[in-house]
Amino acid sequence: MTSHLLSGPEADPARDAGHEDAPPRVGFFTDTSVCIGCKACEVACKEWNAIPEDGLSLTGMSYDNTQSLGASTWRHVAFIEQSVPAGRTAPAPGQDLLPDSVSGPGSASVPPSVPDGRVPAPDGRTTLPLASGDGEVRWLMSSDVCKHCTHAACLDVCPTGSLFRTEFGTVVVQDDICNGCGYCVPACPYGVIEQRPSDGRAFKCTMCYDRLGAGQEPACAKACPTESIQFGVLDELRERAARRVGRLHAAGVTEARLYGHEPDDGVGGDGAFFLLLDRPEVYGLPPDPVVTTRDLPAMWRHAAMAALSLAGGIALSFAASTLTEGLTGALAGRKELP
Amino acid sequence: MRERADVTADGTRGTRRHKRNGEEPMVPRADFDSYYGRPVIKAPGWSARDIAGYFFLGGLAGAGSVLAAGAQLTRRPATAKAMKISSLAAITLSYAALVNDLGRPGRFVNMLRVFKPTSPMSVGSWLLSGYGPCAGAAAFCAVTGRLPGAGAAATAGAAVTGPAVAAYTAVLAADTAVPAWHGAHRELPYVFVASAAAAASGMALVLAPVRENGPARCAAVLAAAGEMSAMSAAERSLGMVAETYREGRAGRLLRAARVLTTAGAAGAAVFGRQSRTVAVGSGAMLLAGSACTRFGIFAAGIASAEDPVYTVRPQRMAKERTAQERAAGEREARRGAAVVQDGGG
Repeated sequence: MTSHLLSGPEADPARDAGHEDAPPRVGFFTDTSVCIGCKACEVACKEWNAIPEDGLSLTGMSYDNTQSLGASTWRHVAFIEQSVPAGRTAPAPGQDLLPDSVSGPGSASVPPSVPDGRVPAPDGRTTLPLASGDGEVRWLMSSDVCKHCTHAACLDVCPTGSLFRTEFGTVVVQDDICNGCGYCVPACPYGVIEQRPSDGRAFKCTMCYDRLGAGQEPACAKACPTESIQFGVLDELRERAARRVGRLHAAGVTEARLYGHEPDDGVGGDGAFFLLLDRPEVYGLPPDPVVTTRDLPAMWRHAAMAALSLAGGIALSFAASTLTEGLTGALAGRKELP
Repeated sequence: MRERADVTADGTRGTRRHKRNGEEPMVPRADFDSYYGRPVIKAPGWSARDIAGYFFLGGLAGAGSVLAAGAQLTRRPATAKAMKISSLAAITLSYAALVNDLGRPGRFVNMLRVFKPTSPMSVGSWLLSGYGPCAGAAAFCAVTGRLPGAGAAATAGAAVTGPAVAAYTAVLAADTAVPAWHGAHRELPYVFVASAAAAASGMALVLAPVRENGPARCAAVLAAAGEMSAMSAAERSLGMVAETYREGRAGRLLRAARVLTTAGAAGAAVFGRQSRTVAVGSGAMLLAGSACTRFGIFAAGIASAEDPVYTVRPQRMAKERTAQERAAGEREARRGAAVVQDGGG
């Protein structure tokens, strides 16, 4: 199963893609426990990559009006409002929950809690589906991005070679080669890549390939004021994330969990992984994504069998009807004999 | 077991917010989480006319070329000629549909930059580049009567590549994250070739004289039987996602496909030899049935991509199964270790 490069753990995708002297694989660790939903990442991404505007609308579903990742949205801050049942994890006051890298007063208090436990009135926004219930309300915020999978379905299925693996282990679309076939769109198990309606070609996060080439960190990570978005060498980020989740557990935030960090998951691990405070599907992330090309060898085998049975079935039809017509012809011929 | 927050915001947790096609789900659903009911994956941006239409036309062309070769070999000249013309017409319309999907004809050239076996669309582009000229040359020689040797070679070439053209489109659909397609990736190729055979035999029944239509009638029956069994196998392996094949637009199309294909095959088998009118009618029903199958499967895929429950639920179940298997494996390993220790001590 692991003899091919379609699924399973893969230590060095850049080298396997033919980059001889590849630098260490880089990635994002997005620690959503310190995200304040400021959307600086969304803005920085749009600015740096000169991404066109893609709609100014109010969704009414939450404070999130960006809605999802897409051709012209390469960072998307999800915003979830929940009511937390009484007795459930609330950060004990005075406990230091800030990550190693963030320190000093004035940093964001995490997660946001309501003073004296009362839910504020909706302030006229009654159509907004605000959380209700007796418990405390909490807000979950998470900056979503392309996962730069170890086994990237978009890259595998691209018929033109427009999508490619960079020397940094990331996955990038070459927009002068993309021909707008749109195959990568349903192939992505995370719903990240999308065709831009104006010209049909597909676009997604490049992890700021141009900045990486110049030794800079991606624009979103640079702009993040709480270091929720951390950029670095993937192996180091994984160690840092493990320490962080251990620290949160020790502090009583038992629902903290990592997502996309395991090299043996369905996509061989994500180049961009997350620390979440609830199930992944609450954030719109698939709970157990699998790269579709894992099953491609089986699909080609079945297609070959099916093609053979099509040819065989039609050959059988000709043989059977030639035989029966021959027989009836012979019988009719015999009857006509005197 | 698991303590978690109750997300009471409408649509975030619990039953779905949106009614699909105005129909309430028949079975009340257990809770599942989603981000305000928004889809997890993105549905393909393909239009049904272009891509489901291409699935149908590609199948009609590919299986038709096999019928044409068989008819030529068994000296059924009218059928052979008619099927060669039909295959050329169908594959020409396929190219038109694909180019229309890309937006600009020049973009198709980029498909031939590389050959990638991991991309069914790349494989398909090369297949079409081989099959199309063969189908064209076969039809040209049959119509003009020139170069019979080249015509026979082209007919053989089209008959060899034709089944691949009919079958690969199933891999094209299944090699995605779309639950209703990927979940049936083992069965879909058989559904697609059976549907292709139904369409091509239907076309032969419509175009060929009654005295030559024996093989087409036989193929129609085989195709209908094959399609029914492959479809029910697909629905079994899809589990809860199979409801996208039964509800809404997909459900209506696939029910129509079943009726049309069964009636067409039965009509052809029983009366197709006596009456030219019945043969034509049965052929038309088989063609319509095949089109309904392709458009139905396409619609089921879109429905399964647009509703997060079909992404989240099967993945949750798979994850729980893996966890249970892992736990059982660890218990097994511990027991094994204990036995070894006992044996050693």
